[in-house]
Amino acid sequence: MTVTEDRAETAPKAEVGQARRRKEDQRLITGRTKWTDNIQLPGMLHLAMVRSPFAHARITNIDVEAAKASPNVVSVLTGADVADEQGGLPNAWPITPDQVTPNHPSIAVDRVTFAGEIVAVVVARSAAAARDAVELVDVDYEELPAALDLKEAAEDKVLAHPDLGTNKSALWVFDSETAGSGSGVDAAIEAARDGGIVIEREYRQQRLIPAFMEPRSCVVDPTGDQIVVWTATQIPHILRFLMAAVLGYPESKIRVIAPDVGGGFGGKLQTTPEEWITFMAARRLGKPCKYTESRSESLIAAHHGRDQWQKLTLSAEKDGTVTGLKVELLADLGSYVALMGGGVPVLGAFMYNSIYKFPAYQFNCQTVLTNKTWTDAYRGAGRPEATFAIERIMDELAAEVGVDPMAIREQNWITHEEFPFTSVAGLEYDSGNYEAATEKAKKMFGYDALRAEQEQRRASEDPVQLGIGISTFTEMCGLAPSRILGALDYGAGGWEHASVRMLPTGKVEVLTGSSAHGQGHETAWSQIVADRLGVPFEDVEVLHGDTQIAHKGMDTYGSRSLVVGGEAVIKAADKVIEKAKVIAAHLLEASVDDLEFSGGRFGVKGTDQGLAMAEIALATFAAHNLPDGVEASLDSDATFDPVSFSYPHGTHLCAVEIDTETGAVAMRKYVAVDDIGTIVNPLIVEGQVHGGLVQGIAQALWEEAVHDDAGTLVSASFVDYLVPTAADTISFDTAHTTSPSTTNTLGTKGVGEAGCIASTPAVVNAVVDAIRHFGVNDVQMPCTPARVYKAIHQQDQGGETPTPGGAAPHFDEADVADRSAGATDGAAAQAGDHQ
Amino acid sequence: MIAAQFDYVAPATVEEALAALAEGGDEAKIMAGGQSLLPVMRMRLNAPELVIDLGKIEALRGVRDDGDAIVIGAMTPHSQVATDPLVAEHALLVRRAVVEVADPQVRHRGTFGGALAHADPAGDLGAPALALNAQFVVAGAHGTRAVEAADFFVDLFTTAMEDTEILTEVRIPKHTGWGAHYEKFVRVAHQWPIVAVAAAVRVDGGTIAEARVGLTNMGSTPLRARAVEEALVGKPATDEAVRAAATSAADGTNPPSDLNGDADYRRHLATVLTRRAVLAAAGA
Repeated sequence: MTVTEDRAETAPKAEVGQARRRKEDQRLITGRTKWTDNIQLPGMLHLAMVRSPFAHARITNIDVEAAKASPNVVSVLTGADVADEQGGLPNAWPITPDQVTPNHPSIAVDRVTFAGEIVAVVVARSAAAARDAVELVDVDYEELPAALDLKEAAEDKVLAHPDLGTNKSALWVFDSETAGSGSGVDAAIEAARDGGIVIEREYRQQRLIPAFMEPRSCVVDPTGDQIVVWTATQIPHILRFLMAAVLGYPESKIRVIAPDVGGGFGGKLQTTPEEWITFMAARRLGKPCKYTESRSESLIAAHHGRDQWQKLTLSAEKDGTVTGLKVELLADLGSYVALMGGGVPVLGAFMYNSIYKFPAYQFNCQTVLTNKTWTDAYRGAGRPEATFAIERIMDELAAEVGVDPMAIREQNWITHEEFPFTSVAGLEYDSGNYEAATEKAKKMFGYDALRAEQEQRRASEDPVQLGIGISTFTEMCGLAPSRILGALDYGAGGWEHASVRMLPTGKVEVLTGSSAHGQGHETAWSQIVADRLGVPFEDVEVLHGDTQIAHKGMDTYGSRSLVVGGEAVIKAADKVIEKAKVIAAHLLEASVDDLEFSGGRFGVKGTDQGLAMAEIALATFAAHNLPDGVEASLDSDATFDPVSFSYPHGTHLCAVEIDTETGAVAMRKYVAVDDIGTIVNPLIVEGQVHGGLVQGIAQALWEEAVHDDAGTLVSASFVDYLVPTAADTISFDTAHTTSPSTTNTLGTKGVGEAGCIASTPAVVNAVVDAIRHFGVNDVQMPCTPARVYKAIHQQDQGGETPTPGGAAPHFDEADVADRSAGATDGAAAQAGDHQ
Repeated sequence: MIAAQFDYVAPATVEEALAALAEGGDEAKIMAGGQSLLPVMRMRLNAPELVIDLGKIEALRGVRDDGDAIVIGAMTPHSQVATDPLVAEHALLVRRAVVEVADPQVRHRGTFGGALAHADPAGDLGAPALALNAQFVVAGAHGTRAVEAADFFVDLFTTAMEDTEILTEVRIPKHTGWGAHYEKFVRVAHQWPIVAVAAAVRVDGGTIAEARVGLTNMGSTPLRARAVEEALVGKPATDEAVRAAATSAADGTNPPSDLNGDADYRRHLATVLTRRAVLAAAGA
């Protein structure tokens, strides 16, 4: 670990830069905390959902009588019961004015549009009684043809919503010629067809499932004057606003609490049918209600991510200098347009050009409705897809030109003297040094030695071949400047709010609107405030995740918390200092101009006179001797709206060994050199990088949401949806270079998504590199042994072997035949195949 | 993930368990370590009215020497089988396979007999039991009977046991001095094998004198690769000879197609993994 080596000279103060252990961890690791599902309220009722086994069907009848008569059942609600009050779940980002957006009921009323959609809700006195009664709800369906394949759906062959007349939701286009940020891409491609290089590739972003650790849970207590909603969410503030807006309940009467939340990865950046339903049930029945999903429900019905076809056309001069890039995307929305919905692929629109100096660029994204689980943000949201595609095709360009893939990158990237650099997508990159990160990474990796080994293995026809994958990535993080969001028709701003409260004893409370779900805000914010106010780290308490405490915020996603929320904290702390300074000057009988604030103490310049922040806090509390007209409070608020994104970057190098006899891919070495500007807490950063790397590697090698021909999710348990564990990964070699951001005080850039964005193409590039000499130029993700084997052995050189749509049965036949729910029908069919 | 309501008994003897099973009839289910049954119940793929937990029956635990065989009690946890010296000495192949079962948590709760009685063709223990000609001792209302491994596995999740019978112990003929290897092919560590091969060989002066090869997840039951076994006998333990013998590893198999690969790919894997397993077992 060389994680801290660059930090010494850039660390401005004592706390920032220290590898503090997280304040949160003791309670989280020992389980002495409150998750939503731990909440028990007097008289609380429990919900269980009846879900559709069909991808697309008309609901012809629902018989709830037997369920209602079941012991301890209080109520059974169907879509028809709540049709007038449920409204539609919101889409906050209509990407075009003419976007086709189906109404999204929380309980389906007359038609179900994906397997897993809720058709009825049982409310009972215990969770077990509710679950038992679910089996007794008898729903009659008339199955409809389902739009399942993304490409076919884009041709409107079968309609996901027949009443809409099309599956095409929106076409979003960016053209550098129109925008004035570059030239025309079609002309560049045409020019390259005559004597230059044109590379056309189509890449598949398979559907993924966020698979956060804590399944979603929601408790709603309607018994007080305010309705209190506890929920496992990334976005308590946005949820409160939208619940009020959609359900027609006064915002002031809703309090949303996100207690400790066990991960999200974008999967809890959502307003969910389950939250809406729990809210409606609690209001109707006047009693606290709880819903906690099972893992199967989480995998089937919580939103999915990715799922795109990416068609790229890259033009270049004969020597490999890039001249144009055209991107044509098909993005699967699933059956509804989710909260961010089509905005997710659009977030990638500005990143396909990445670190390369394309003079011409065009991005086209067609969002498509299908009869599958709706998709939305998943770690990186749009940017991993973009990074994957550009990093893959740069390797193809290198192969075409016949040079090392690193050379083609060096030839085309923005050099460090060129910052700030305005990209062909119109964004101004604040800082970066791709050369420095790459040099460091190559050295740590032993690049030349591994290339030599690769040569030797090829020459000797070693059954184990070596591949080297490069990802020189950048991303835009710190969502987001409100003006840019406005220009993109997003339904909210991107600012963040913070308050700093000075307690009489000198302790500090920090309120942040950026509600953490595992990131370590409490620790990092404490470090920042300790430095700023000159108080001990331990004296800072960070409060968040409750709209009654941290009343204002835009929550946590898009690597925004530190660069946006952290900056709000700094600005609030600075206001505290300004207020305290006036009082200190008064108490010290000195002029404000003669005071200097250092190490938590206001000193009179040139004397040993001074007062500590804690003393001023107490004096302010007593208020016995304040200057005229000065209020008895040091507490301060700040709302920070970034003027620009920040642009972390890095060079990731991956070496894999491929067993050509089986197609198995084994990781040999992984080096990640990330430039994320100034680092507040190297330990937290290390955790974010490691976790991100594994998540990105998992897309490359293991994870895939697979549906069968009927639209049933086959990979609906962790038996078949392969989330890796520590046993499946190697030790990563991580390091940093430091190009401080110029868009915030500390010079920080986001790191929450960087590892996940960078690693996927590094791995797939390594896989393809290992077997390119067999004639292979792509292997679809996940790069399963079966796909890799078939690619090597000339059966499928494009590496597109489809994943067979069956789950392995590990439950006995009688059991399989017994099940009534459709969610596992795929497994039942498969059991039959074994006979 | 809440199971349907069920009654629960934990008898202290096999006789009491058999009585409970007889009384419970079709609605009763035996629970050994619970590592397969409980997930199935929690997912409501099965809802027995009575669960008979064998965990309190001490007589079903442990490994003992019984002359020309070792006897593994059906309720012996995998973790205990993995560290037992008798198993290591006389049934090394079992040890090689049992350490590959699932993950450490499952190996501490799951049992040797429970896994075999569950008869998942992707389970790790069927192929080695079959390869070593294990005998399954089964108790019923009318006493006990022994079932040969070749007859025990009938179909997917189906054994030769009657619904009224309980597996009490597994007798494994001693293969003292045999080399052994279990070659398991997975994508992630905690997965059931896509294909696995269990090989035990007796090498005499560089020549394979006897060979046993079992296949995991190449059909609806564990399978013996008899053609490979026969081809190996009398051959030198070399890559070339073993490679030639292993080409018939997939003969007569009917492997599944699922998310991890189609049947053809599995047939190919069987030949590669068989070669590797036999060579490793032979110490070559």
